[in-house]
Amino acid sequence: MPLKNRPMTNNMTDAFTGSITEAQRQVQICNACRYCEGYCAVFPAINRQRSFIQTDIIQLANLCHNCQGCYHACQYTDPHEFSINLPKALADVRVKSWQHYSYPQWFATRFQQHGVAVAVTLLLAVILFLILIPRLQPASGEGFYATLSHTAMVLLFAPAFIAPLIIIGAGIRHYWRDSGGASLTLAHVGAALRSAATLKNLSGGQGQGCNFEDGDRFNNNRRWLHQAAMYGFLLCFASTSSATMMHYVFNLQAPYSLLSIPKLLGIPGGVLLTVGCVGLAWLKLRADESLGASAVWGGEMAFTLLLGATGATGLALYLATGTPLVPTLLAIHLGTVLTLFVLMPYSKMMHGFFRMAALLRDAQKQH
Amino acid sequence: MAAPYTDLTTPHWDVIVIGGGNAALCAAIEAAEASATVLLLEGAPKVYRGGNSRHTRNFRCMHKGPLSKLTDSYSADEYFDDLIRVTAGNTDEALARMTINESESCLPWMEEHGVRFQPSLSGTLSLSRTNAFFLGGGKALVNAYYNTAEDLGITVVYEAQVSHLTIDNNTFKSVDVCIGTQSLSIHGATVVLASGGFQADVDWLARAWGPAAKNFLIRGTPYNKGVVLKNMLDQGANSVGDPTQCHAVAIDGRAPKFDGGIVTRLDCVPFSVVVNTSGQRFYDEGEDVWPKRYAIWGRLVAAQQDQISYAIIDSKSIDLFMPSVFPPLMADSIDGLAQQLGIGGTALSRTIDAFNASCPSGDFHPTELDGLATQGLDINKTNWARPINQPPYYGYPLRPGVTFTYLGLQVDKNARVSASNGPYNNIWAAGEIMAGSILGQGYLAGFGMTIGTVFGRKAGIQAARYAA
Repeated sequence: MPLKNRPMTNNMTDAFTGSITEAQRQVQICNACRYCEGYCAVFPAINRQRSFIQTDIIQLANLCHNCQGCYHACQYTDPHEFSINLPKALADVRVKSWQHYSYPQWFATRFQQHGVAVAVTLLLAVILFLILIPRLQPASGEGFYATLSHTAMVLLFAPAFIAPLIIIGAGIRHYWRDSGGASLTLAHVGAALRSAATLKNLSGGQGQGCNFEDGDRFNNNRRWLHQAAMYGFLLCFASTSSATMMHYVFNLQAPYSLLSIPKLLGIPGGVLLTVGCVGLAWLKLRADESLGASAVWGGEMAFTLLLGATGATGLALYLATGTPLVPTLLAIHLGTVLTLFVLMPYSKMMHGFFRMAALLRDAQKQH
Repeated sequence: MAAPYTDLTTPHWDVIVIGGGNAALCAAIEAAEASATVLLLEGAPKVYRGGNSRHTRNFRCMHKGPLSKLTDSYSADEYFDDLIRVTAGNTDEALARMTINESESCLPWMEEHGVRFQPSLSGTLSLSRTNAFFLGGGKALVNAYYNTAEDLGITVVYEAQVSHLTIDNNTFKSVDVCIGTQSLSIHGATVVLASGGFQADVDWLARAWGPAAKNFLIRGTPYNKGVVLKNMLDQGANSVGDPTQCHAVAIDGRAPKFDGGIVTRLDCVPFSVVVNTSGQRFYDEGEDVWPKRYAIWGRLVAAQQDQISYAIIDSKSIDLFMPSVFPPLMADSIDGLAQQLGIGGTALSRTIDAFNASCPSGDFHPTELDGLATQGLDINKTNWARPINQPPYYGYPLRPGVTFTYLGLQVDKNARVSASNGPYNNIWAAGEIMAGSILGQGYLAGFGMTIGTVFGRKAGIQAARYAA
């Protein structure tokens, strides 16, 4: 009856094993109860099994969106001797799983736990650009390329973007292998994308939303703000990609007009990203810390603000076009973006990749 | 709890509700919606508010066609027949039929007041037609009602232990309550009693049932001690229900003394051999499907030495029932398992050997009565009899788990409580404190919540009308 754990790709820390053991204990109790079946994908996934090995728990943890509905509905929360706090137990496993699948792991631990480390990195990056910009000023160029040449920017950002993605990609591959993932079909991808696009797992199961900053009352604040941040980020990403295409493929150089594709994507994207992240940070301040991974509260808050700052500084830079503020704002914006990129494998940014992998794996397990 | 509660004695309360579970909340909400000023006194601290309602999961509902998440239809007659079957006729037909008829209009009312329903839970498909399941279970329902109560301006006080009602000439005057360390007497125009039964008072249980009751586990809240019920009975209120009886089912013997709730259930009995501490069988484990038999097993186990027994299965059956909250005890031999369970000598292996030798050959069907019966034992197992011979072997301890008590206050169809000299002018009751009027014996899944909702609403409406 108790299944044997499969060996995992990386060695596990004692803290990670400990968090998984605690989540296993709680999940076993949940599986005997099943009252929360209607809230999200985690409970149907629990109900499909009788016992849970470590990688099953890691999968459940990454499937959990921390909507907290199950906590407030639970008969067995403290001071009951069963001491159930599933949102926290799964958040602890989730965060440690990102550390586990990152490289180097101690880097991830530091940056996830310490908002100050994120802030210091940001400061160093901004200083770097403040030093670089005057030295790399091109002979010609328009817009902010007059301040920093396109080639210099690409030389800096391409590795800073690609290296973290390689690290994350390797982590996801290990996760997929450990969780017994098979090859994907279009149906799996479709189901996972639909769930992510609508944040179905923050809907409370019936559209009433989640419990977060208002005790056991439900609302969609967190869901809509996360949607703003997520779609804002994707729009900003699409804006940058389209500008790169225009630059290299169509030989159209920046600055672009207000009605160009990069601006049409980037301005609303920046606004959504800023509003979403500020809103999420505000909710996080009002939420009950004990229902999440409280050990990484600082790092998560710093990440949320950093992500919002990429949008806000981008917008500020756009608004400052043609003023003497451009070099300074450019240094701040580029420093923010660089920090975000470099810290991707060591920050909450990991949740996007691992959540997607968990949704794919869940779709696979259902069909 | 720092605020002084003397200010509770100054307002004029139209309705004082004693209790904080489903029935109490329904009464408070109806009264507040009728513009009454309402004070709700919940004995438990906030984290344990909601009485036994926090452990419930569904609402049995009559319906003429698909309704919310309920499929098909469930007629009043079929509902009543189901009730007669479990109570063996021990019910007040007029009150029962009224409750059944009004259940249909309660469901939309519940939704309007914040309760959400979900499709029947996995493992309970047989109930999808008759029982509407609460999304998140009973605590989610309780939370929704407390939020509604707060929005309606109802004053809720937790850890409010009511000790006495002052009644003069069949008229309620005031209630004595201890809140934290402060003792108060609070006057009200009316009172609704919704403070549950007495199953958490183990001494009372032992007096009623016998000393064996000291070993019973209480599945629900430790706060239902029956103080208000006893106070009313002492003052001459009419009672209903057998004072010596409680509803007890066989649950995991390792469950906490109180508040173990749903997860302590064990569905393995039909696939097992059940023995007492002497290693002897004492009843046909395969008499019927488990939902129809789990109630009698509470009594059967209660009659065994130390009120404990053990369900023994082998690895063939371990995946045939809902997962248990505690892992089973496990051994590679029957003797090894007996040792773990504390059954001395070779009694268990002799019982198992005799059982195995009497098992027939034939097809095993776990979900239906398969007629696979032992032959020639003193107590035969009449279905699902398969030899226990495939290690590892598993053992689950069983103990009686008390769900509720039957003794209660007699009420009329408007939920009004009466004394020997006639009805009280301004006292109503709802929920477990009066459920014995309708549920005199046995239990029907989800019917407790139906009684609580129907009578809670009635009590609230009547009390507000009287106070107006």
